[in-house]
Amino acid sequence: MTQTDLLAGLAIEIVSIFALIIMLTDALVERSTRLCETLSIVGLLGGLAASAYAHLTMPGQTAFNGMIVVGGMSTLYDAIFCGAGIMTVLLAREYLTRVGGMFDEFYTLLMMSIAGMMLMGHSADSMPMFVGLEVMSICFYVMAGLMRNKLSSNEAALKYFLLGAFASGFLLYGIALVYGSVGSTAYSAIAAKALSTQFPTLFWVGIGMMIIGLGFKVAAFPFHQWAPDVYHGAPTVVTGFMSTAGKAAAFSGFVGFIAPTMASGVPGLEKAKVILALLAVGSMLVGNITALAQTNVKRMLAYSSVAHAGYLMIGLAAGNAAGWTGITYYLVAYLFMQIGAFAVVGILERENGGNLTVDDYRGLARRRPGLALVMSLFMFSLTGIPPFAGFFGKYYLFNAAIQADLTWLAIVGVVSSVISVWFYLGLVVIMYFREPLGEMEGGEASISSRTALALSIIGTLLIGLIPQAIINIAAR
Amino acid sequence: MLTLPIEYYLTLSAVIFIIGTIGVLTRRNAIIIFMCIELMLNSVNLTLVAFSQYMGDMAGQIMVLLVMTVAAAEAAVGLAIVLALFRNKQTVYVDEVNVLKW
Amino acid sequence: MVSTFLPFILLLPLAGFVINGIFGKKLNSERLSGLIGASAVGIGFILSVAIFIELLGLSPDARSVGVNLADWITAGQFSVGFSYLVDPLSVVFLLVITGVGTLIHIYSMGYMHGDPGFSRFFAYLNLFIFMMLNLVLADNLLLTFLGWEGVGLCSFLLIGFWYDRKFAGVGILWTGDAAKKAFVVNRIGDLGMLIGMFILFSQFGTLNYGQLTQVLSSGAFFPGGSDLLTAAALCLFVGACGKSAQIPLGVWLPDAMAGPTPVSALIHAATMVTAGIFLVSRNATLFTLSPTAMTVVTCVAATTALVAATVGIVQNDIKKVLAYSTVSQLGFMFVALGVGAFTAAVFHVVTHAFFKALLFLGSGSVIHGMHEEQDMQKMGGLKKYMPQTYKTYLIGAIAIAGIFPLSGFFSKDEILYHAFNDSGPVLWVVGALAAFCTAFYMFRSVYLTFDGKERFDHHHVHPHESPASMTIPLWILAVLSVVGGFLGLPAIFGEHVHLLHSWLEPVFAPAYKFYSQHHASHTTELVLMVVSLCIGIAGILTARRVYIQKPGTADKVAARFPAIHKLLWHKWYMDEVYEVGVVKFIWMTSQSFLYRIFDKKIIDGMLHGIANATGAAGRGLRQLQTGVVTNYVTLFVLGILLIVGYLILG
Repeated sequence: MTQTDLLAGLAIEIVSIFALIIMLTDALVERSTRLCETLSIVGLLGGLAASAYAHLTMPGQTAFNGMIVVGGMSTLYDAIFCGAGIMTVLLAREYLTRVGGMFDEFYTLLMMSIAGMMLMGHSADSMPMFVGLEVMSICFYVMAGLMRNKLSSNEAALKYFLLGAFASGFLLYGIALVYGSVGSTAYSAIAAKALSTQFPTLFWVGIGMMIIGLGFKVAAFPFHQWAPDVYHGAPTVVTGFMSTAGKAAAFSGFVGFIAPTMASGVPGLEKAKVILALLAVGSMLVGNITALAQTNVKRMLAYSSVAHAGYLMIGLAAGNAAGWTGITYYLVAYLFMQIGAFAVVGILERENGGNLTVDDYRGLARRRPGLALVMSLFMFSLTGIPPFAGFFGKYYLFNAAIQADLTWLAIVGVVSSVISVWFYLGLVVIMYFREPLGEMEGGEASISSRTALALSIIGTLLIGLIPQAIINIAAR
Repeated sequence: MLTLPIEYYLTLSAVIFIIGTIGVLTRRNAIIIFMCIELMLNSVNLTLVAFSQYMGDMAGQIMVLLVMTVAAAEAAVGLAIVLALFRNKQTVYVDEVNVLKW
Repeated sequence: MVSTFLPFILLLPLAGFVINGIFGKKLNSERLSGLIGASAVGIGFILSVAIFIELLGLSPDARSVGVNLADWITAGQFSVGFSYLVDPLSVVFLLVITGVGTLIHIYSMGYMHGDPGFSRFFAYLNLFIFMMLNLVLADNLLLTFLGWEGVGLCSFLLIGFWYDRKFAGVGILWTGDAAKKAFVVNRIGDLGMLIGMFILFSQFGTLNYGQLTQVLSSGAFFPGGSDLLTAAALCLFVGACGKSAQIPLGVWLPDAMAGPTPVSALIHAATMVTAGIFLVSRNATLFTLSPTAMTVVTCVAATTALVAATVGIVQNDIKKVLAYSTVSQLGFMFVALGVGAFTAAVFHVVTHAFFKALLFLGSGSVIHGMHEEQDMQKMGGLKKYMPQTYKTYLIGAIAIAGIFPLSGFFSKDEILYHAFNDSGPVLWVVGALAAFCTAFYMFRSVYLTFDGKERFDHHHVHPHESPASMTIPLWILAVLSVVGGFLGLPAIFGEHVHLLHSWLEPVFAPAYKFYSQHHASHTTELVLMVVSLCIGIAGILTARRVYIQKPGTADKVAARFPAIHKLLWHKWYMDEVYEVGVVKFIWMTSQSFLYRIFDKKIIDGMLHGIANATGAAGRGLRQLQTGVVTNYVTLFVLGILLIVGYLILG
């Protein structure tokens, strides 16, 4: 371990150290919520700064014996994780206090999970990827069950935990088989030695198992069934965080190992592409079609997040450079619009799951015009209507598919986007053109919540207007 | 010392892995399901050690240490979650925990 | 310096728009709103002058500076940025837009005083300036198109600014209808422009003006080029027709007078409507490569110039007269483009901006002083009530009538000269006729408004002079209308006296390569000048005879030729033709077939079918989500078996 290694991993180190500091603060200082909140934001900003520093000074370098890589897409991943973290911290206190889940451990868990995600985003080897994934997941299991007196929260945590651990087993088995067939866990070695492996069958079964394990984490069909339940049962701020940063982390790990494999030209690649394409199709269709039948907004967004995993998997199936940048861009776009949407849901939500059904949103434009407008904006973006970020995200992914001669996949993507119009814009219609059923209680959103919302809106609009800026960072 | 061919280890661990999977599929008790998952993880450990020994590469054994750490952390969190659930619902059977559905 | 100043020139009006648009109501101060709006453009003007001076200091070939503010879209080979081109052509437009724009902003502070939508008005005006600057400064067609649509939007918003007022027209009841008409007619032109862009992109793979010109002038495409080039040029011209109100898409401009008068002056006379001229000038090389396109441009333009001028003769609404005059003058500009006299067209854009803005603002001052009265039949003798307005309006009228040495004389004469030289006597005669009509109807409006008997109701109307914030811009524009012509003195005054020509030379050089201009002797030139001067004077004298010396002559003439009078009064029945031929037709087909049968039965039927099926699928799939972990694991394992099985066996 050299000084360069430490500098290269500085962002991860800062966030982890702050996670520990927050844990100690929580233990030693009384009424430490505000302090923990501040420390989290400072730590995340520090992480962002360190990541930007590494991006500018050592782009494309590896560190820790080639286990982590710096710059390019990993910088954007860091930005996604830290950005999601900052917005979640801004939203959390108001919401968690209201629903009775305000424990200061939340901040430790959040920071620790971000450290895990960053490790995944930076990893160039399946070993740190696995460790990062588990650090993230274990924190998520607890965060999903944060409202420990509520059955739905318990249930979400249990389901997530059991299925998550089960999927980890497959991911790990995949890693072991690939390790055994190419003799190394490094991604670069996979690409280099895949052609000369003695056990091609083991290699492909291993890759398949890794696809399954990571497919679970991104909530792709048919491994998606945990997602609606967990996203529904978990506290809304946590759901927003898991479904954006968590998904982004899983995809960062996915791209990390799939990209060199795709580039290796090893026989059997076409089969992997077919599998990824079918997973994409299944996720898009099942996610969107099931979302149609939902009456609970939170659950609808949860199902639609399965569909978004499907759109993102188009980029994996395309397996070309356009696909990787497309995924990265989409993850950034998705971060803002999805966290924003969940933020609105969270602001409106009342104790014991009140104000969550579609009927509660009737006539929202009259009662809370600001929130309704913001929510509509996110819905438009999630649908993929220009000029919002969501449009360019889909555009890049579908474009990647067409470049990879997967035009049919792009067409399925477009068709399922059309299906999603129904429930996304349906919600807008309900907010603007339906009479409210009753009075809606609820006060004003706090300043910090508003800041988080403002950040999401600016993000959704800005990167929709200048998509090229994101692509340029990813390409560096 | 008699060295067994690597296929033996791989087959054994695959069998244990499948037993674990079937256990997860068939058992109702959350704790037992979790123990089956532990079985799966340990079968992977066996695979890793076997490969490590076969190739003379230490990375696999280091991985095993990491996996054991992770499994320990998962066990702690998992049992806590089951405990919290039991406090609220007085059950550990997964088919009785289905408030969240459709 | 150029790259430092340009962002400010562009972004200041945008900032003004944002500030006035969002906080206008909260500011609650007309003075502040107006000041923000006017200074956003005024500072832009000062910076533009600085840019102009810097370009002057460079050698003619170096006077083209590209500024890339941000990347916009990159997709495969296709790349478009927020990148701007500062060259002699765009600088001319830049100066006119910010200069005249500033004056009109100042004027509006007086004109819109007391209007409840004061800050909204300035927000729209600033947005318009921003969009217009994008249009003329863009270095590619797509960014121009962005500005193009933006100004269209602002035009819509501003025509319908007083959306609750009535406005009479064919098929029009409210100002909002007039705004809609402008918007819809412009869409037709925009479609043409889009198709033109598609053709160009498919042929050359770029929408960048510089690259297009380079490829086109490289000789790879010979003069007289392919049909596709002609199609592209004509499609762009359709767009230009929409925005610049040429027949048959010119019907929206007279109704655009429903907006506040400063809007008519800025958008519907001085700047936006010249966007078509800009588009053709920018793509001069493309047009010169297609003689067919040039001929079409000339014919459409000449027809427009004459038809609109004849309609102007009989209108009674002072703003309608000016509106038809604008259409006619735009026709003149396109005539110049059609015969390849690009400099002459730009020259006329500049002088026209001065005197037409002056005339519109003057008419606004009259309308303001007469308590929103626009009918000239109810005016008369106003010169003693509003002397400033009268004097400036008169200067404007003399300028547009083409009397030496005011600006209109030089620019119009240059166009007529080129028409004679590069096309022939027929075109010249048409132009001369239009010029005669112009002089006649302009002085008709002067006499009806300011001279003769006072025909207004003294009990209700008390004409008064407008405040200084309105008269000062009038005087500045009057001075510009007088001296503006010296930018382009004709060749008989010496070599290189046509300043604008030398200034624009580098821009149009590639186009001139394919479309060399004839040069006539100085004698011909002098004769043409004298003749066109005489025509202008004749028009004025006729008007004087009809309206001052023998009042009532007009009615007699109208009674003598009722058919012609009716034709002109109904604007050659253009609106009616549209109403019956297009609007009614589309309405009927939409109602009876497209809506009742196609939409309701076929489309809705299909959609409802698909939607119901999808909804049912959703309810079905939902049942898979049983809530029991074991079942989730089952599906999970099934997926694994399929994937692993496929990998091993497939």
